[in-house]
Amino acid sequence: MELICPAGTPAAFHEAVDAGADAVYCGFRDETNARNFPGLNFSREELREAIAYAKRKGTQTFVALNTFMRAGAEEIWYKGAADAVALGADALILADFGLMAHVAEKYPQQRLHVSVQASASNPDAINFLVDAFNAQRVVLPRTLTIADIARIGKNIRCEMEVFVFGGLCVMAEGRCSLSSYATGKSPNMNGVCSPASHVRYRKDGGELVSELGEFTINRFPAGEAAGYPTLCKGRFDIADSNGYAFEDPVSLDVMGELEALKAAGVKALKIEGRQRGKAYVAEVVSTMKAALNSPPDRRASLLARLRTMSEGQKTTSGAYEKRWR
Amino acid sequence: MIPIPLIERICRLMFGRIAKAHPGLFERLDEHRQKRFAFLPTDLPLAFVVVPGRQEISVLRKPVEIEADAVTEAPLFLLLALMEGRCDADALFFSRDLSVTGDMEAMLAMRNALDASNIDLQKDLAKLAGPFAPVARRVIGEIRDRALKDQNSSAGEAAAWN
Repeated sequence: MELICPAGTPAAFHEAVDAGADAVYCGFRDETNARNFPGLNFSREELREAIAYAKRKGTQTFVALNTFMRAGAEEIWYKGAADAVALGADALILADFGLMAHVAEKYPQQRLHVSVQASASNPDAINFLVDAFNAQRVVLPRTLTIADIARIGKNIRCEMEVFVFGGLCVMAEGRCSLSSYATGKSPNMNGVCSPASHVRYRKDGGELVSELGEFTINRFPAGEAAGYPTLCKGRFDIADSNGYAFEDPVSLDVMGELEALKAAGVKALKIEGRQRGKAYVAEVVSTMKAALNSPPDRRASLLARLRTMSEGQKTTSGAYEKRWR
Repeated sequence: MIPIPLIERICRLMFGRIAKAHPGLFERLDEHRQKRFAFLPTDLPLAFVVVPGRQEISVLRKPVEIEADAVTEAPLFLLLALMEGRCDADALFFSRDLSVTGDMEAMLAMRNALDASNIDLQKDLAKLAGPFAPVARRVIGEIRDRALKDQNSSAGEAAAWN
């Protein structure tokens, strides 16, 4: 199985390639990709250099153009696609059907991957994108069980890529409106979930308080591991209890299920984390590569060291092994 | 106690050297270049305030009321490691080794600018020593290695080094 690795900067890109990534995914420094964070991402020139570096090392580059086009401003996304194709991207990761149609028509030879942001999570939806736009791979949402993935794999006509490590989005990606509700900005339209412009941290006694817009997301007592300020991982007062409504601050790790994923027909394993630093990328990619090349009984000990770098310093297999609370 | 003007002078020399070695260092800051970024080492009685657009650094002695748009607090060793992109800021935030307050957009842009810059303090600052650069490089390297060893033994793997 291929290892698909994140890069938010050229420095992180080099680390991912050097650590053994089969492919690195990245995006332009604008609203065309779902990690449109301040100071992150690539200029055209930086992407040109990165792709050249990757090609020399036999690594592929996937360019994410995975936000939804704004009506009247489609040219920004069309230009992004044209530039990514011209620069030699091995695949474009797309979410917007209009952009998929544009790419399929203008660049029929370009390999097209369906972003997780497209919310294609059943055979009918996926096969429609294969037939309509010649999609060659689908990135599945983190809301499916491994049994679901196996059932989908038997009934679709393209490759499957699944997230195996990193940030855990527990929602129907591309359709989640929680960030929009709190801030007016979303990963779908603006490329930012819980945008930094609306995040505030403050200390209250020994507690760390995280706020998003007008909402208090969490209060972390002294010594408790912290998490991102997203509504889906917020701790709220609900009726008579106080706790996590959707999910704890926790990261995904399903590397313990590699054999099952392989048997389900998964072609590629994706690491989340374009917003993370190059030290994280280097450590995670090299560890994952080592785990892939190790016998199953050695993987857990290899991966254990990544837990302290994870959100909430905890990992979970999430929906892949669904257990209802 | 070392006088603040002397510390400030040394810091300005170092800042100037790093800026010269990495001319595109703050390009990723965009509209945040003129903001005031405060860095507070939790293990030193000092605070450092940087205005990237003016290549300005000032040093204050704690306790002091800091006027800054964004404030980062962590042990000095981790602040230096972040400057070099040798540890991941999110991981340090999760482990509560680092705290941030104020303008998070500006702070995120600064974090990403530093992470993209390939600063190497050992290499960049040794040049300040002129003909003694090789000796300075070795001394800085030894200090960094020792700090790394101490950090890893006290904080486990929370601070991940590459």
